Amino acid sequence: MTTITHHLTDDLILGYSAGTLPEAVNLIIATHISLCDECRAAIEAQDAVGGAVLDTIGEMPVSDAFLDGALSMIRGGDFAPSPRPIKIAQDAVAPAPLRDYIGGTLDDVKWRPIGMGVKQAILPTSREATARLLFIPAGTAMPDHGHRGLELTLVLQGAFQDDEGCFRRGDIEIADEDLHHTPVADISEDCICLAVTDAPLRLKGLARLAQPFLRI
Amino acid sequence: MEQTKADTHDWTAVLVRIRDDRDETAFVELFRHFAPRLKAFLMRSGGDPALAEECAQEVMATVWQKSAQFDPARASVATWIFTIARNRRIDALRKQKRPEPEDLPWGPEAEPDQEDQLGLQQDTETLTEAMAALPSKQRDLIEKAYFGDLTHNEIADLTGLPLGTIKSRIRLALQRLRHAMDRK
Repeated sequence: MTTITHHLTDDLILGYSAGTLPEAVNLIIATHISLCDECRAAIEAQDAVGGAVLDTIGEMPVSDAFLDGALSMIRGGDFAPSPRPIKIAQDAVAPAPLRDYIGGTLDDVKWRPIGMGVKQAILPTSREATARLLFIPAGTAMPDHGHRGLELTLVLQGAFQDDEGCFRRGDIEIADEDLHHTPVADISEDCICLAVTDAPLRLKGLARLAQPFLRI
Repeated sequence: MEQTKADTHDWTAVLVRIRDDRDETAFVELFRHFAPRLKAFLMRSGGDPALAEECAQEVMATVWQKSAQFDPARASVATWIFTIARNRRIDALRKQKRPEPEDLPWGPEAEPDQEDQLGLQQDTETLTEAMAALPSKQRDLIEKAYFGDLTHNEIADLTGLPLGTIKSRIRLALQRLRHAMDRK
C-alpha cells in the first residue's frame, strides 16, 4: 500500500457508518477505504457504536414463524454460505466497489471528452449526488472553480496539486463552499480521479456556458 | 419498549459455531437474541412492523450466508450484525445499493489469536458503558444518527466518542491480514 496523507473527516466516517450519506458519497468512501487501512479502521471502530445501539435498543417480539422461515432460507440455495475470500482479482487502478459501478475495469469506461483533453464518465448512482470518473492529461490544469456544496476527489492514478497540497493515489480531497481551487495534474503521468459532488460547481468565465451540457 | 442491558453472553463463540460447523442450534440461539433487536432497530428506522420482521429474518439468513467473513478481532457480533442490518435498511427503505470496501482475503494462517479477540470484546464493552454514561440528550442524538434520523449536517455537529482504542486494535488486525496476504 502507498502512503496516504489525505484522509476522511470525522463527519464522513460517522455518516458512512450510520448509513445516511448519498450513494455516490458512499461509493467514493468505499473506494478510499479499499486503499486506506487507517480510514477503514476508523470506520470499523465507528461501526462499534452502531453495534452498541443495536445491543441496547430493546426488543420487539418476533413470532416463531419467522424463525422457521429463516431456517428454511438457510437450508435453501439462496443463502448458501459463501466461502471466505482467498484471493481477489486485483485491478491495478480501480478497487472492487468502483469496478461494480463501472461494470468492469478502467479499460471498460466509456469516456466522453469535455475539452482540453479532459474526459469524464458519470457513474450510475442515486441523484442526490453525482459520481464521475475524470481523466486529466499529465500537466493539464482543471478550470478554476468553487463549490456550492461538497466536492470529494479521490486520486486513482497519477497525482494533482492545488493550494491544499499534493494528492496522490489513495488521497482524498474534501472541498466545500470555502475552497476555490485550480487543480493541476502532475506532469509525470495522466491523472485519473473519482470525483463526487452534491451540487453543481461554480465555474468562472467561458467554462460556465458549457456547464449544463457537461453536468458538472 | 424497555432499554435492554448490553449482555456479556459470548456471542462470538456462537457465531464461530455457525461459521465453522454450520451449527443450526447456534443459529436458533443467535436468532432468538438478535431478531427482536433487529425488529426494534428497523422499526425505529422507519419500517412498519411487517417490513421490520421480514428484514430481520433476511438479515439473520445473511448472517448465516456471510459468516465466513466475520473477523472477531475486528468486530463484536452485535457490530457485525448491525452493519448487515444497516445495509439491508438502505436497500429496503431508500432503494439504493450500498457500496462496501474490497474484502480482505484471509487464510487459516490469519486466524486471530484469542488475546486479540478478547481485547476487542473488552473495548466494545467499555464503549457500550461509555455510551450508557452519556447525558441522555447526547445519547439520543447518537441513536438518532444510527436510525437514519439525522441529516448529514446535523451529524457533523455530533461530538466524537472515545473510539481511539478500538481503532488502534482494528488497525493492528488489518496489518496482520495484509501481512498474511503478502506471504502468499
